[in-house]
Amino acid sequence: MANEGTILTAADLAGNGVHGDDPDVHGKFGIFGGRFVPEALIPALDEVARTYAEARADARFLREFDHLLRTYAGRPTTLTDVRRFSEQAGGARVILKREDLTHTGAHKINNVLGQALLTKRLGKKRVIAETGAGQHGVATATAAALLGLECVIYMGAVDCERQALNVARMKLLGATVVPVHNGSKTLKDAINEAFRDWVTNVDTTHYLFGTVAGPHPFPEIVRDFARIIGVEARRQMLELTGALPTAVCAAVGGGSNAIGIFHAFVGDEGVQLHGYEAAGRGLDSGEHALTLTAGTVGVLHGSRTYVLQDEEGQTIESHSISAGLDYPGVGPEHAWLKDSGRATYHGVTDDAAMAAFSLLARTEGIIPAIESSHALAGALELGRELGPEATILVNLSGRGDKDMGTAMKYFNL
Amino acid sequence: MTTLQTVFAKAKADNRAALVAYLPAGFPTKDGAVAAAAALVEAGCDVIEIGLPYSDPLMDGPTIQDAVHRALVNGTRIADVLRTVEGVAATGAATLVMTYWNPIDRYGADRFARDLANAGGVGTITPDLTPEESGPWREASADAGIDTVFLVAPSSTDERIAAVAACCTGFVYAASLMGVTGARESVNVAAEGLVERTRAHTDLPVCVGLGVGTGAQAAEVARYADGVIVGSAFIRRLLDAPDEAAGRASIQKLARDMAEGVRARG
Repeated sequence: MANEGTILTAADLAGNGVHGDDPDVHGKFGIFGGRFVPEALIPALDEVARTYAEARADARFLREFDHLLRTYAGRPTTLTDVRRFSEQAGGARVILKREDLTHTGAHKINNVLGQALLTKRLGKKRVIAETGAGQHGVATATAAALLGLECVIYMGAVDCERQALNVARMKLLGATVVPVHNGSKTLKDAINEAFRDWVTNVDTTHYLFGTVAGPHPFPEIVRDFARIIGVEARRQMLELTGALPTAVCAAVGGGSNAIGIFHAFVGDEGVQLHGYEAAGRGLDSGEHALTLTAGTVGVLHGSRTYVLQDEEGQTIESHSISAGLDYPGVGPEHAWLKDSGRATYHGVTDDAAMAAFSLLARTEGIIPAIESSHALAGALELGRELGPEATILVNLSGRGDKDMGTAMKYFNL
Repeated sequence: MTTLQTVFAKAKADNRAALVAYLPAGFPTKDGAVAAAAALVEAGCDVIEIGLPYSDPLMDGPTIQDAVHRALVNGTRIADVLRTVEGVAATGAATLVMTYWNPIDRYGADRFARDLANAGGVGTITPDLTPEESGPWREASADAGIDTVFLVAPSSTDERIAAVAACCTGFVYAASLMGVTGARESVNVAAEGLVERTRAHTDLPVCVGLGVGTGAQAAEVARYADGVIVGSAFIRRLLDAPDEAAGRASIQKLARDMAEGVRARG
């Protein structure tokens, strides 16, 4: 159990021994996950896995992580009952988990603090990371500044342009931002480039992976560090409503905020889990990021999972108005939750997400990230389906400050 | 059809290392790739690896990324890769396909192994397929009668080297350095040690790749390895050439230097 005054226990990090728990020794969630990487990286992945296994059983590590979560990230984050917004959700009671209120403005801070501590434990002095929306890059640069680590962020050139503010934030935090001009110039290409850096500099460098995808052990580590979201929310829901929610909703790009809030509820069979992917301009337009809902099983970035790919295994470029969901792969644990039927995944178009973005701002005075707005749009529809008796917990994974440029263009502000 | 076993036996009899060249299918053009490979064979390359262009080549440096991107823009498909193999095998070189795993996974392991064998290919190199995940592919390859080559790296523990070598047939690919593909000023000193460590676990030939770009480097590597693998140095020349004919002449010249190198053995 936790020491008095802490919010985190070893069990919180390590899972609860039910469906959805640790992958097998090869990092497999059913048929998904594993390692498809150059042999040169295997020793580094083994080292990360070994060091993490020791860390999560070490009370001192847990205390340090807990301390940073409370005193630096601003945990626990609150729940907010959004009554006016709920009127548009068929009267269902919508409750937000406010990850937007964390330091740096998104759930990404949880994972980076955990992995930055792990980097120290690995004895490494340099971290690299990929970023899409820039949130993981900002979070990584933040943790690196805090712990005195050298930091290099790879970011697609297209994303650098649409998230220029975050590029400036990373630079201010002392990170080097490397724009990636290969391929689609977005998140997937930033990941390729980060892997190239890692294989070259693996002796000194930890790849601070930003989502629950990639080779084993990243899907497990990132999940565990994000898991606090659901652990807190589950307790808070019981306190606030006296019951577990009818459904939990989250946006899914790579899938870290969704796994973060889902995981503590996986064992609660009565609780529906709904993930919302970016349908972009619609399934038929071909311009979307519907990896789970329209993709096929393949291998991308070191892991077997659902992938947007053509019939010869070439990755198809994804599209979303939100850079953070613009990714043609997805975490293997989501692939497993989908195939096992435990979670359900849907698409939300750019337009539906932007409508929910605007609605939350006008009804509640909260400007959400466009990523999170996909989950809000999903909750509106789900509420109308489930009716007024339902309570719907939504992971408000980040705030929308970074999205003002997009919003100005979209709404002609 | 020339097999890897024939190539390495002959090289050994000649007291030299084998020369292995990498070129992606579809680069500089679909036909140009076959012509470039034929030029390399004529200049003394024993084995040709035909790269299967893939959208996310995460272990390749800028030179191969660029070539592969052009091949994809040229509309290169797996059928083109197989036609390229057919054309190159006809020159008498032992012809392999080097590919990331996902295209084979999607195409179907059994189907790919069969189609490659029918095209005259003698095996594959799959840089991101680890021993743990390689079972189905090794079975499919054995059924089709083609070899499976996997990579060891300077970071590999002896235990990993043993596991990888046990999955290999034909030869073991020793990556000379920790990094992506691309020519370097000098070949990493770690390569020799890696070859030695690998020999402790296998009787298969051990070939060294990554960073070899000159005849002198080829000679140096040939001292301790059974084969010298060259990719980016050829591709750089093709990229820089004003036209395909000039590109072929340029890589032929380099290949001759290298062929001399593997015979001089430093």
